[in-house]
Amino acid sequence: MTPQSAFMVCATLDSTRRAELEQLLTSMTSLPGQADPANALIPFGAFERLHFARIVILEDLAAGAEAPPPYLAFLGDCDGDGDAFLHELAERTPDGLRRVFGYCRDFQPGTNLLRWMQDHATPPATYYVNWVGRTVRQVREEAALRAALVAYLREHAAVLPQQPPREIRARLIAFVAAERQAGRLSLTQPTSTPPGWQLRNILHAAGVALALLALAPFLLLGLPFYLIRLRQLERSDAEITPRPAAAHLAALGAIEDHDVSNQFSAYGSIKPGRFRYWTLVFLLWVVNATTRHIYTRGRLARVPSIHFARWVFLEGGRRLFFASNYDGSLDSYMDDFINKVAWGLNLVFSNGVGYPKTNFLILGGAKDEQKFKYYIRRRQLVTSVWYKAYPGLTAYDLARNSAIRAAIEASAMTEAETRRFLQMV
Amino acid sequence: MPTPATDAADIQGLVRSGYGQLTAARFLLLRIADTVAARAWLEAAPVTSMAHLDTPQEGTLNIALTCEGLRALRLPEQALGGFSAEFLSGMAGDESRSRRLGDIGANAPDRWRWGTATHMPHLLLLLYATPERLQDWMRTVMAPPWDSAFTVLELLQTATLDQHEPFGFLDGVSQPTIDWTGKPDPAESAHETYSNLVATGEMLLGYPNEYGKYTDRPLLDPALDPAALLPPAEDHPERHDLGRNGCYLVFRQLQQDVGGFWRFLDNEVGGNAEARTRLAEAIVGRQISGAPLLPQTGGPIPGVGPDTDDIRQNSFTFDADADGLVCPLGAHIRRANPRNADLPPGTRGTLSRLLRDLGLVHQALRDDLISSTRFHRMLRRGRDYGVQMSPEAALRAPAAAEAGLHFICLNANISRQFEFVQGAWLAGIAFDGLTGERDPLTAPREGLPGGPPAGVFTMAQTSGLNRRIAGLPQFVTVRGGAYFFLPGLRALRWIAGVHG
Repeated sequence: MTPQSAFMVCATLDSTRRAELEQLLTSMTSLPGQADPANALIPFGAFERLHFARIVILEDLAAGAEAPPPYLAFLGDCDGDGDAFLHELAERTPDGLRRVFGYCRDFQPGTNLLRWMQDHATPPATYYVNWVGRTVRQVREEAALRAALVAYLREHAAVLPQQPPREIRARLIAFVAAERQAGRLSLTQPTSTPPGWQLRNILHAAGVALALLALAPFLLLGLPFYLIRLRQLERSDAEITPRPAAAHLAALGAIEDHDVSNQFSAYGSIKPGRFRYWTLVFLLWVVNATTRHIYTRGRLARVPSIHFARWVFLEGGRRLFFASNYDGSLDSYMDDFINKVAWGLNLVFSNGVGYPKTNFLILGGAKDEQKFKYYIRRRQLVTSVWYKAYPGLTAYDLARNSAIRAAIEASAMTEAETRRFLQMV
Repeated sequence: MPTPATDAADIQGLVRSGYGQLTAARFLLLRIADTVAARAWLEAAPVTSMAHLDTPQEGTLNIALTCEGLRALRLPEQALGGFSAEFLSGMAGDESRSRRLGDIGANAPDRWRWGTATHMPHLLLLLYATPERLQDWMRTVMAPPWDSAFTVLELLQTATLDQHEPFGFLDGVSQPTIDWTGKPDPAESAHETYSNLVATGEMLLGYPNEYGKYTDRPLLDPALDPAALLPPAEDHPERHDLGRNGCYLVFRQLQQDVGGFWRFLDNEVGGNAEARTRLAEAIVGRQISGAPLLPQTGGPIPGVGPDTDDIRQNSFTFDADADGLVCPLGAHIRRANPRNADLPPGTRGTLSRLLRDLGLVHQALRDDLISSTRFHRMLRRGRDYGVQMSPEAALRAPAAAEAGLHFICLNANISRQFEFVQGAWLAGIAFDGLTGERDPLTAPREGLPGGPPAGVFTMAQTSGLNRRIAGLPQFVTVRGGAYFFLPGLRALRWIAGVHG
């Protein structure tokens, strides 16, 4: 099993040359905001381990005149180790990366590219992977498998429906075997898990559990004081939810809904003071433990439509960056969140400046639907370049394709299981 | 109907009724030629309110305005800026909206007869009457200073109402029921099963919606309304509510290729009339008669009935047919109204809900893929147009005259209601775990950029192997459309009386 990793390189942009950079980034796209997989600068499609990637300029849109200079961020999700992926990037597309990063303040022509990227690598506080262990290669092979099965069924539609399910499955298995033999399909077996990964994972889970256990008496003792302070703040914190400008909405809309999936990048200030900061540090640590150990098989709590997501602290914890890759349009994504995991959104985002009023950190907040949507849209960034390795496929498609493959490879199936398998194809 | 009298006299009659007794109708799309004359006509226009419907009417009139219309009437920017972003931008206002709504290819706005640029209407007049009274009623409505006030952009005819849409199916069968009395309970626990009742604020502005919140709308400084024509906003009593008792009206002229529809199906089943009908019913998700494909659910559904037809036609959900064996997952009515609740079927009680919310119960691959229906409902008020014919006649007539539907729906939040249903569910290419299919009945067939066309329709079978139709042609083409504001009567008078 190959686990997935996040990588992110983030450095201060030379704002005076921003327009020029944006032009350069546009040259990497085919449709607005959509990366051309074979673009001359960073040909994302040539990287077999790369699921998603994006280049986005991070600026605090709601901060007005107090906003610090923007960052240039290059981030993505890959199979295997993130640092190893940076090595691969630096080795295979040094010129393109140099041209892009050349717009950062401290990047000089003589800078060692890999060292510089490693120096500016920014880890997430929380990282979510829809299906831990599913590689790009697996996704593509399984999509090809389903397409081949669908085509085979169409070709034999005159005779197959008369056959019993068991017989149909046997024919499909034989067909797949023949196609593999002929080299038209491949179903690569998972490579072995990196040594120590399982152990580290178990130790991490145990560590979190022990830490929570050890902290529990203090947390419990401190809880009343915490809640009193929290309620004070929740009553006095200002809601800042004006409507987003029409031009901003249009710029966001222009780069959305070209595929079944979309990207989402948002950046904003954390409420001032240590209370909110430490609340966030603790919560993101807990959430990260759940995404690492519990939500690893297709759903984040009730939400099935997120491929990858991350929260990243920036500027010494004064600001928070959120990035995700999700299925559907942004409005349906926000509706899904509001209706299914409003409590989860509130836990984290209510520590951001201007968020709709919450009660006890989890109630209210996002349930004020319109204010929440305005808040989100106002902090959403126009992602300059976005790459997805498997256009047209939703997270559900990926899980279903894996289930189809499992059924093809299974040694025996009951009648009911066989029927369910056929319904999936 | 327990609506306070002041509100009943303020709400346009179309909200309460599609005027089924008045079987003739004309829809007029107007441009304002003279602002002063247009205002004078509007102030005196005999607009039908909900209260009027307590007595039988021989002719009714309802009026809605586009953003351009409000601009032409010189509405102050402060008032205009309070309308929703979708309304201000318009149905054809930006490419990304068109992409989401499926207004691409043959549906693209640059091919529309009306709804863009110089063909953008300012006003929509909806006139309904008995067939023999219609001409008289139109003359009454077009009273001076009509001729100097407006130019007619389109006079849209409708077919005499016979309850069947042009493909032949009984239409207008399912509507949400407005909960006029209730204070909406936004808590999930109150929505464990499907309900056909929706909060007043889902359909009308100025009332709490399903979230228990007031949808954004123009709230005015009292200085803009010195005569206090408008009521105070419930949520901001110091401001005057221009939206109260009004709503957004979405209008789309949809041409239906009736001959093409039946010929394709006929060809698909090798000319067998019964199989052809069954396939059409699978695509729609109902029988031609309007009867559902699924049996009645056990208990009554709130907001369905007491009308016996309504009970017969709408006492069902898709809970017992999660795999689409009876009604295909991609069937039109399943996409348009998935009839689900806030939580997946079987979630009962606090603990079960908590485990669900935390994602700690085992879920099958296909569980819980569709958003909760109650946030995505609308009142439909459309009427057909053109020559209506039977499937047999449609098969015989190769080049039939144009027929279609003037699709009209009412809602309080265009983006969350109409656009969501149209974009995510009907035109959506990944509804409920389906791959590469859009609505088999109404959607365009363009695939994603670089992908295959989306003319696929999958029907799951009990035997296991799916029945799948590929190469569906497009049956419905958008010919025009716009977003309108259907104001309350007081708001309409205020709009007519503003002096910019």
